[in-house]
Amino acid sequence: MAILGERASVENVERARHELGLDRPLWEQYFLYIGKIFHGDLGRSIRSNTPVAHEIVAKFPATVELSLFAMFIALIVGIPAGIISAAKRNSIFDNIAMIAALIGVSMPIFWLGLMLAFLFSIFLKWLPFSGRLDSTIIFSAKTNLLLLDSIIARNWVAFKNSLAHLILPSLALSTIPMAIIARMTRSCLLEELGQDYIRTARAKGLRENRVLLKHAMKNAFLPVITTIGLQAGTLLSGAILTETIFSWPGIGRWIYMAIQSRDYPIVQGAALLITLIYVLVNLLVDISYAFFDPRIRYQ
Amino acid sequence: MEKIAKSLEIPEARYSFFRQAARRLWDTRSARIGLFIVAFFVIMAIVAPLAFPYDPKIDSNLAMKLKPPSLEHLFGTDQLGRDVLVRVVHGAPISLRVGLAAVALGLMVGTTLGMIAGFFRGALDSIIMRLMDIMLAFPATLLAIAIVAMRGPGLNNTMFAIGIVSIPGYARIARAVVLALQEREYVSAARAIGAKPMRVLFRHILPNGLSPLVVQATLNLATAILEAAALGFLGLGAQPPQPEWGAMLSDSYKFLTIGAYWPVLFPGLAIMLTVLGFNLLGDGLRDALDPRMIIKSKYF
Repeated sequence: MAILGERASVENVERARHELGLDRPLWEQYFLYIGKIFHGDLGRSIRSNTPVAHEIVAKFPATVELSLFAMFIALIVGIPAGIISAAKRNSIFDNIAMIAALIGVSMPIFWLGLMLAFLFSIFLKWLPFSGRLDSTIIFSAKTNLLLLDSIIARNWVAFKNSLAHLILPSLALSTIPMAIIARMTRSCLLEELGQDYIRTARAKGLRENRVLLKHAMKNAFLPVITTIGLQAGTLLSGAILTETIFSWPGIGRWIYMAIQSRDYPIVQGAALLITLIYVLVNLLVDISYAFFDPRIRYQ
Repeated sequence: MEKIAKSLEIPEARYSFFRQAARRLWDTRSARIGLFIVAFFVIMAIVAPLAFPYDPKIDSNLAMKLKPPSLEHLFGTDQLGRDVLVRVVHGAPISLRVGLAAVALGLMVGTTLGMIAGFFRGALDSIIMRLMDIMLAFPATLLAIAIVAMRGPGLNNTMFAIGIVSIPGYARIARAVVLALQEREYVSAARAIGAKPMRVLFRHILPNGLSPLVVQATLNLATAILEAAALGFLGLGAQPPQPEWGAMLSDSYKFLTIGAYWPVLFPGLAIMLTVLGFNLLGDGLRDALDPRMIIKSKYF
């Protein structure tokens, strides 16, 4: 129905069902789909008839750029905030940071995105609202990661422009991971600071910074890394909302538009991709344990 | 025992566990704030439809469209001239209902599955928990979006999807609780006097392992409301003209470019406050229901 419209004749509907394989039993359709995936075939878009796999390759770099930049912001703010909060427990900084973190996890990111856009691009006109690059800038992209491309091409105008486009969406996307990472860093560090070896380290006269960053942080880091890995899921699902608001031409907005037009092969393909990345990132996190914790390596 | 309690100066030791927990909850400032926020929205959700009946289908007054906040319309009016305050107030029962229904579904199904897995172990345990692992392999919001996209938009499917997504969380906690409590003496005693497995499970184990599930449910209410709003915003949840907060945002955000921030600001603030309330309450409950935490923070 989504393809042929409301007035399709019975024969046409039958033919379309046959062409799409919808007249076969469900399990056969499923195995056919799985079989095709292994050949890199995710089907074709119902609307545009382009192969889904090609579209993914074209759109994915935009989402990667956005997610990585958001994660970068989340890490450079979240981890130091967590460390300072733990070191100065119950201080004003700690209280403000933890209230901010709690508000961060309670905020709908699409709303935060819209409010940031209103303040910085509509009201103050400091940053652009939508897209990745102004249309006046002509620039041939190689990897489609515009920041990287503009650095390679030494095109600083394009670099500045794409960075300006990147700031608002990635700021909106980074709030939840930032808040969760800050809370996790604080609580793990506090737990470690209560351990005996910390008392020993302090007793032998080490400076507090060294105790905190060298001794405690090393041990507190493992659960924090797990949390960071789990945030990959938040980032990728959050991308659906953020990209929609900021007209960011990545996988997220593409899923949104496919849902609106009931283009199921796209929804399936993109959901599969996101889940695959999520699982892979968490696998990498598990493997990285061995790197960070020698006890696991020896087992 | 009494002597020890006295020497550690735990005056509450005389009272029941729940009374102590309630006391601790009330003594935590953040939890108290959370309780107030939640109470405010719950009362609003109950009173608003009774006191001021509202029919979104006939509400529109184009002559008054997109008026900024004023004394007459405290939160301004939206693109159809509807009072934003009225719609935000009437959005409260919708969001709370979605949250409660989703949590109820997840809590019931998840707890039952987890308890069965933990109690009977063996193949059943493996099947149930591997199924839960598969569900956890999907990012939650994405899975909810996929379920609603398949079943069609609407509030009922939103509740269903968000509830389904939360099942593995409860199942894991319930299983862990059963595994921990199974070895207790009162459970062996119940078995010894011939209680059937289901009776042991639901009458003896469940009531004693309720605390972590209550905490999870409270925190999950916050996530459920947030996810429902996200689905509403994507056009998958409540359908216009229903005054659901997320859907209101998605209706009005195009008018930000002409400077009309109020139809976006206020529904979003309502979402944030409700979710914040449940998060504060959930964190407070976690501390209050886990006596070890309190003793730890007080005496060590």
